[in-house]
Amino acid sequence: MVVALVLVLVAVGSVVFHLLSPWWFTPIASNWGYIDATINITFWITGFVFSAVVLFMAYCVFRFRHVDGRRAAHQPESTRLESWLGIATAVGVAAMLAPGLFVWSQFVTVPAGTAELEVVGQQWQWSFRLPGKQGRLGTSDPQYVSADNPLGLNPNDPKGRDNIVIVGDDLHLPIGKPVKLLLRSLDVVHDFWVPEFRAKMDLLPGLVTYFWFTPTKVGTYEILCAGFCGIGHPQMRGSVVVEEENAYQAWLGKQQTFEQLTKKQLAKK
Amino acid sequence: MGEVIFGSGGVVPAAELPDVELYHAKTWITKYVFSQDAKVIAVQYSITAMAIGVVALVLSWLMRLQLGFPGTFSFISAEGYYQFITMHGMIMVIYLLTALFLGGFGNYLIPLMVGARDMVFPYANMLSYWLYLLAVLVLVASIFAPGGPTGAGWTLYPPQAILGGTPGAEAGIILMLLSLILFIIGFTMGGLNYVVTVLQGRTRGMTLMRMPLTVWGIFTATVMALLAFPALFVAAVMMLFDRTLGTSFFMPSLVSMGEHLKYGGGSPILWQHLFWFFGHPEVYIVALPAFGIVSDLISVHARKAIFGYRMMVWAIVIIGALSFVVWAHHMYVSGMNLNFGFFFAVTTLIIAVPTAIKVYNWVLTLWHADIHLTVPMLFALGFVVTFVNGGLTGLFLGNVVVDLPLSATMFVVAHFHMVMGVAPILVVFGGIYHWYPKVTGRMMDDRLGKLHFWVTFLGAYAIFFPMHYLGLIGVPRRYYELGETAFIPKSAETLNVFITLAALIVGAAQMVFLFNLVRSLFNGRLAGGNPWNATSLEWQTPETPPAHGNWGKELPVVYRWAYDYSVPGAERDFIPQNQPPAGVAAQATITAVSAAH
Amino acid sequence: MLLFLAVVAAISGWWLSQQRLTSKPWLEEGVQGDFPGTGASSLPAAKLGLGVFLAVVGSLFALLISAYLMRVSTTSLNILDGPKLPGPRLLWFNTGMLVLSSVALQWAWLQARRRQMDGVRVNLLVAAVSALAFVAGQLLVWRQLTQSGYFLTSSPANSFFYLLTGVHGLHVLGGLAALGRTIARAWPGVATEPMRLGVELCAIYWHFLLLIWLVVFSLVMGWADDFADICRALIT
Ligand code: HEM
Ligand SMILES: [Cu+2]
Ligand SMILES: [Cu+2]
Repeated sequence: MVVALVLVLVAVGSVVFHLLSPWWFTPIASNWGYIDATINITFWITGFVFSAVVLFMAYCVFRFRHVDGRRAAHQPESTRLESWLGIATAVGVAAMLAPGLFVWSQFVTVPAGTAELEVVGQQWQWSFRLPGKQGRLGTSDPQYVSADNPLGLNPNDPKGRDNIVIVGDDLHLPIGKPVKLLLRSLDVVHDFWVPEFRAKMDLLPGLVTYFWFTPTKVGTYEILCAGFCGIGHPQMRGSVVVEEENAYQAWLGKQQTFEQLTKKQLAKK
Repeated sequence: MGEVIFGSGGVVPAAELPDVELYHAKTWITKYVFSQDAKVIAVQYSITAMAIGVVALVLSWLMRLQLGFPGTFSFISAEGYYQFITMHGMIMVIYLLTALFLGGFGNYLIPLMVGARDMVFPYANMLSYWLYLLAVLVLVASIFAPGGPTGAGWTLYPPQAILGGTPGAEAGIILMLLSLILFIIGFTMGGLNYVVTVLQGRTRGMTLMRMPLTVWGIFTATVMALLAFPALFVAAVMMLFDRTLGTSFFMPSLVSMGEHLKYGGGSPILWQHLFWFFGHPEVYIVALPAFGIVSDLISVHARKAIFGYRMMVWAIVIIGALSFVVWAHHMYVSGMNLNFGFFFAVTTLIIAVPTAIKVYNWVLTLWHADIHLTVPMLFALGFVVTFVNGGLTGLFLGNVVVDLPLSATMFVVAHFHMVMGVAPILVVFGGIYHWYPKVTGRMMDDRLGKLHFWVTFLGAYAIFFPMHYLGLIGVPRRYYELGETAFIPKSAETLNVFITLAALIVGAAQMVFLFNLVRSLFNGRLAGGNPWNATSLEWQTPETPPAHGNWGKELPVVYRWAYDYSVPGAERDFIPQNQPPAGVAAQATITAVSAAH
Repeated sequence: MLLFLAVVAAISGWWLSQQRLTSKPWLEEGVQGDFPGTGASSLPAAKLGLGVFLAVVGSLFALLISAYLMRVSTTSLNILDGPKLPGPRLLWFNTGMLVLSSVALQWAWLQARRRQMDGVRVNLLVAAVSALAFVAGQLLVWRQLTQSGYFLTSSPANSFFYLLTGVHGLHVLGGLAALGRTIARAWPGVATEPMRLGVELCAIYWHFLLLIWLVVFSLVMGWADDFADICRALIT
């Protein structure tokens, strides 16, 4: 009796908790609203299955608990019932998988004309590099890293000269324009994550990874590192500022290119 | 390792071995310390696993204290925190659960349940335990090594695991890898035993389809482990080389803390593939024995044949096979080719179907049953609730896009604790309450057992259910402290305090369990041979606890499957597997059918 | 790896299909003598054990080799995988030794079945000596390589070479220990059952190691490059 009651409480309590919980996603600020939609579908389906199974169990415990003289039924299997349940499950799973794969196919196809920029991770800070006037990113390699060249750009690559290098400052993005982030790390595995944009991706040394999104809401958003990278992992933060096009252009105009930075360093010496 | 195989020759199937050929212990030491009797080895495995498990439990308190009250406890540093999570995760998954299910339950139950006198290679079996103990000791040694144990997270991702900036990169990681290598060699010796004993040691009449699901679960898990552990072995050896000899299997050229290192040309993602090729099957290596055991607990205590036995067996085998082609669902955001996401999301969600069928069959077994709410049954019910919960959140994380926002958050932590932490641990407890009378001859205390169950079940649910919602907000895992983060509301801190309090209470309840375990050894009610009126062979031994050789003079002969409960027309509500059908003269004079009645 | 898994799956699948998995056990009472092949296996435990053990070793090497292939095919690295290892002529000699060893054991096994003990002893010795020669030869190869500047740490390709050959060599040494025991058993010159089994198991183990060596060898010689290309095509 008590057991059945507790089981009912667990099922009902979980659903009530879910409905009343003040803890939910941060408001979305990118084009990945479909991800939230898929999660919601999944919550409905799984919530239903969870309640059904637990309540069924509660009923059985209540109805078929041992009393003197009870004897269980002899019922080794029912292929019919099992198959039906299997099919129903498969349908439910497909209902979650289909939207999931649909959204994933959007995630893997970067729209043509998407602007590219680079995010570089190292213990424990974020840096960025934007293409300059030529619109291209030059090559890079950890072996070039030095105090004057913190991101390891190839000094001999003409394409890299006009690249804009941002170390220890915020990244700005224009609203409504898709961007493809090229990710690389100088030391260990990190992971670029802005919860408001939903998507995240690892940064690995020796490899360039990427993902894309379109910022859809003006504001300042915090970058977290979501790939455990040593003692400073929780402190590895940065900011992305999403703003209107003209504000963005104004910001862009104030940034320094790789060439300017190197010259300045030389002048200092 | 080759030697082991050739160690014991002889062409007589173990099932038919006459008693005289059994190894006989001569001294106290060979009987209880360097014992080759699977039952003693099982107890050794279990005690060691539980002892190291207590360490992991205490670590979880410390972690929770830090998360609930950040900044309050000055003795928990960031280094310490990361060392705690690493040790906690590694111990719980490998040194506790894997060792306990396979080394503990496997060793005790396989020979008894299939009607063998012992494992087929007793000597290798003994070595297996001692290597395991050595592995545990090396792990413990790493705690005291200079620089402390490794704090690289239980996944030990390179390059981070072997570079400065991660605690324990000096000696800790080396000892950790050595310990894993020892564990795997030891496990292989044990695993060969479990598999071959099931293949070759079954007594007459014990066909595969008459085996209890416990044996099916442990058997399949062992086969998987034998194929999956080599991946970890290879990876550990390679990383050990990277760390000590300066090779670059996993190390590209990089700049660590402003310093150029000699490494170059390796790939960190290779580690991730190898690790998860082991790591995902590992989840099922822990889950399948739990599936098997819980099926038997439910069936015995509901006095009803497990519903859909055939489907249950097929599901175990299918899940075991499929779990080798889903490993990369742990790597959706790892930077591997994104198109893999399609394949692995599909395979992952396909596994949900046989798994769901198992769940249905457990609860359908309760339909029209005769449910005795004993302590083992309570734990079995608790398992179903937590497993369903954790399994369903797995559908979130397996569905590749949903994993994008949720991976590496507390949602993941909550998910895997439900599904492979709490659920299997509940089965471990249920199993111990269930078989304790066979192992010791005495019952465990019922009142303490119920107290233990309620606090553990409800407490664990209170810890991990709300934790999902922290993950939804966006609280990342492996964060020593959250600090000021704009999008995280203050109320999340309150929730963290609540979770910590629940964790402390649950931890305390385990002390009740340990107390009960020890006290019942001396004070427990005498159990008799078959206190639960169960059908499977281990309850039909002539002596309780079973003597060396298990079966007295003659091996049992099996006439029926393990689930003849409440058969219409039968006199009692169970028929032991070795009870001959009416009208057939007993073929062997073993029986001694439970003196308990 | 997938290839290897497929083989294992096929074997287990075949075995399971022989076990009447679809029978309804609750309808069947009685001793299962009526259903041949569903009882315990009649193979000697040691032989079954070896079989399972070989599956484990196979998994180990399959993983190492897949790791190697995967590395060969990851081209996005910005540092080259290092120069190709030269295939010294010594490797051919070693391969020959291992083949000889395997053949000798096979022969020993045949003779053991026919109880020709003298032949058994000779062949076992030949096998042991040629296997030792193989191991010594491998060590020589290592020395030649280090002398010509191909160190363990020079490049991941080198590291893989040393690792693969090293692990394989250790397995041969392990086998030699077992072979030693078998020789000791065969020495009295009586054809006992355990001795015959020992010879048989050694022979199986040797063939298996030979097979693995041939795969490793072909990788080292670059014959498997086409295969690696196919893998690359599949992955990217
Ligand atoms: C009362 C019981 C337990 C509590 C309170 C607990 C608590 C925790 C906490 C706080 C973390 C760290 C989360 C983070 O910051 O990322 C953690 C990690 C972990 N726990 Fe538990 N845990 C418990 C039981 C278990 C069990 C039974 C298992 C067995 C599977 C387990 C396996 C793990 C693993 C694998 C990790 C991940 C470690 C890592 O991130 O490297 N835990 N646990
Ligand atoms: Cu980081
Ligand atoms: Cu997995």
